[in-house]
Amino acid sequence: MELAEHKKRNRRKMTKDHWTAVAFLIPSVILILIFVYGFIAWTGYVSVSNWSTLVPDFSFAGLQNYISLFQDYRFQSDLRNTIFFTIFFIGLVIVMGLGLGILIDQKLKGESLFRNIFLFPMALSFIVTGVVWQWLLNPSTGFNQFLKFFGITPKWYTDTNILAGFEWGQIEFGVPVAIIAVVIAAAWQMTGFSLAMYLAGLRGVPDELREAARMDGASEFQIYRKVVIPMLMPITVSVIIIMAHMSLKIFDLIYAMTGSGANFVTDVPAVYMYETTFKGNNYANGAAIAIIMLLVVAVFIVPYLWNSRKGDH
Amino acid sequence: MKKVCGIFFMLALVLGLAACSGDSDEAEGSSNSDSEGGDSANTVEIFSWWTGAGEEDGLLALIDLFEKENPDITIENAAVAGGAGTNAKAVLATRMEGNDPPSTFQVHGGDELNEGWVAADKMQPLNDLYEENGWQDKFPQELIDLVSKDGDIYSVPVNIHRGNVFFYNKKVFKDNGIEEPETFEEFFAASEKLQEAGVVPVALGDKNSWPATQIFENVLLGVLGPDDYKKLFEGEIPFDDERVVEAAETFGKILDHINEDHAARNWQDSAQLVANGEAAMLNMGDWAKGYFVNDLEMETGEDFGYFEFPGTKGEFQVITDTFGLPKDIDNEDQVEKFLTFLGSTEAQDVFNPLKGSIPARTDADESEYDAYGKEAMKDFGESRLVPSLAHGSAASAGFLTKANQAVNIFVTQRDVDNFIQALKDASSDM
Repeated sequence: MELAEHKKRNRRKMTKDHWTAVAFLIPSVILILIFVYGFIAWTGYVSVSNWSTLVPDFSFAGLQNYISLFQDYRFQSDLRNTIFFTIFFIGLVIVMGLGLGILIDQKLKGESLFRNIFLFPMALSFIVTGVVWQWLLNPSTGFNQFLKFFGITPKWYTDTNILAGFEWGQIEFGVPVAIIAVVIAAAWQMTGFSLAMYLAGLRGVPDELREAARMDGASEFQIYRKVVIPMLMPITVSVIIIMAHMSLKIFDLIYAMTGSGANFVTDVPAVYMYETTFKGNNYANGAAIAIIMLLVVAVFIVPYLWNSRKGDH
Repeated sequence: MKKVCGIFFMLALVLGLAACSGDSDEAEGSSNSDSEGGDSANTVEIFSWWTGAGEEDGLLALIDLFEKENPDITIENAAVAGGAGTNAKAVLATRMEGNDPPSTFQVHGGDELNEGWVAADKMQPLNDLYEENGWQDKFPQELIDLVSKDGDIYSVPVNIHRGNVFFYNKKVFKDNGIEEPETFEEFFAASEKLQEAGVVPVALGDKNSWPATQIFENVLLGVLGPDDYKKLFEGEIPFDDERVVEAAETFGKILDHINEDHAARNWQDSAQLVANGEAAMLNMGDWAKGYFVNDLEMETGEDFGYFEFPGTKGEFQVITDTFGLPKDIDNEDQVEKFLTFLGSTEAQDVFNPLKGSIPARTDADESEYDAYGKEAMKDFGESRLVPSLAHGSAASAGFLTKANQAVNIFVTQRDVDNFIQALKDASSDM
């Protein structure tokens, strides 16, 4: 009873501040409602229409655009590429970020110099990274000029082989070798980010814990494996979420570096979306790809948001 | 240590900014035009993707000349760079959908114009303009057909490029004792010989797939001939016609003779292979001549030569940039004045020598052009003209996108049946 009374009084007291806050929030809420959610709804509407030329045609097509996409050779290739790109990219970024983070955390001299060097690539735009790595991994220039002395000349992003492939739908499902070149470029750029995250996390692991483990006779390796890395779990989850939504939507790096690639070995949904919409004028098809991408990203993001919301309470 | 960090941080910032500024430069052309253009009736906004070396000079020369002759009209250059016109087309589509059309814009003759903007009911016919200026017999009839739909003419062609040309390295041909081939047999005999000598016979750069599509359309022209080639894209001959299958097989055979790293190159990179003698031949629109001469400093007829794509002598794969009159603009008179100017020999002879193309009019001044240009002009006047698929003239953008995809798959897989089936499936979008 008393508690309720207190709450009530509290709410009344808050009223003025409360309304000021709401007043400040309303414009941005309205803008976001229109320009984010409104246009998502609009895209959804276009994706079930027949708008496939420059002439808008909003007649209802049902799920036809989605069905034809999933039967499409190029889109199936895109899904395959996105899956493997995401897995390799996140894996590499986590392993490299954690590894470098642990090395830098050894209180070595010139620590901040190394930290900055590893953080640099993040300051570049993906377009720059794409152009640079396009030349570095070009099979006839770049690294191969050096590697050929050892008798190895990988074809990098022009390789059309699919490793461990098997027939799936219209395509061969397996690891496209060419995507590895793109993964290297993407990981080069984003490792600095996970390094920074892990470094912050490592600094948060209390020395007492390590000390205690050491007293119990754990080796350095065991300390990391059993104490430190499990404590970094929340950071790993954050890195996975952030990298996943980046890699599932990737466009600029691929577009600048390789394009669709021979036989679509480096194509991704975002590139297909851009080309079918603005080159082929097939707006309904492009909208359908956009919605599918949104759903795929949502699969990662929504549970995360849900979780962190629960954490707040 | 702190100081060092600071310096590195600044450096990172500068690098980041440098990275961003590249993008904003490109956007400038369009954003300027948005803020200034449109409101003044005496401003004519010309929208194009002419931002390359020669073509930009040509465009600026055009604007200068027009403004000198018409001091009361200001021309605004709203060029959008990048992607061989792809970026510009995306910007254009957005502006047209938003009912904010530029005064006039660059568009390839053929279906890009007719099945695109004309079908979308965004263009005004220019029949009166043609009559006033007596253009009906100044442009070749087959070219006027290319910019007409249902008897109405919709744009003014400014320049002509030719797509069915093979450029070749003269020294490589001479060293291997090869003559310019005219038929596919001679072509493949020469290719075998070159391959044995360790030279890549045909250079291809299909990072963007259109250069490969361009080879295929030229094979189609060589196999079908001009009339049936046109019929194919009008839907009167199906894509599973046995001659199309034969063309696909020939296309595959040409692909047996290309450089291995084709997917890592764009067309300029493939032209470099020919320039430095690693490859012998390059099928490319004749804008490649400008690249050889201006950028690679080669001499026409000395360092590199050219011949028609096998089986296409007397035929001319036309790529033409044209300008039309959109609906819903408030300065029609001024724009018509500008279009009249674009169609004049005076304007065409100013623009084309700089761009390295030839004029769309057949009565232009030959003396303004180089040896290649003179020859191309002669061929243009005498040859059968056919629309290019790879450049959006022969079929709709929707079909072209799917054809490019089919070609991209075919280049790797070489599965003729799949290829033909994909083209056939796509032909409903034509």
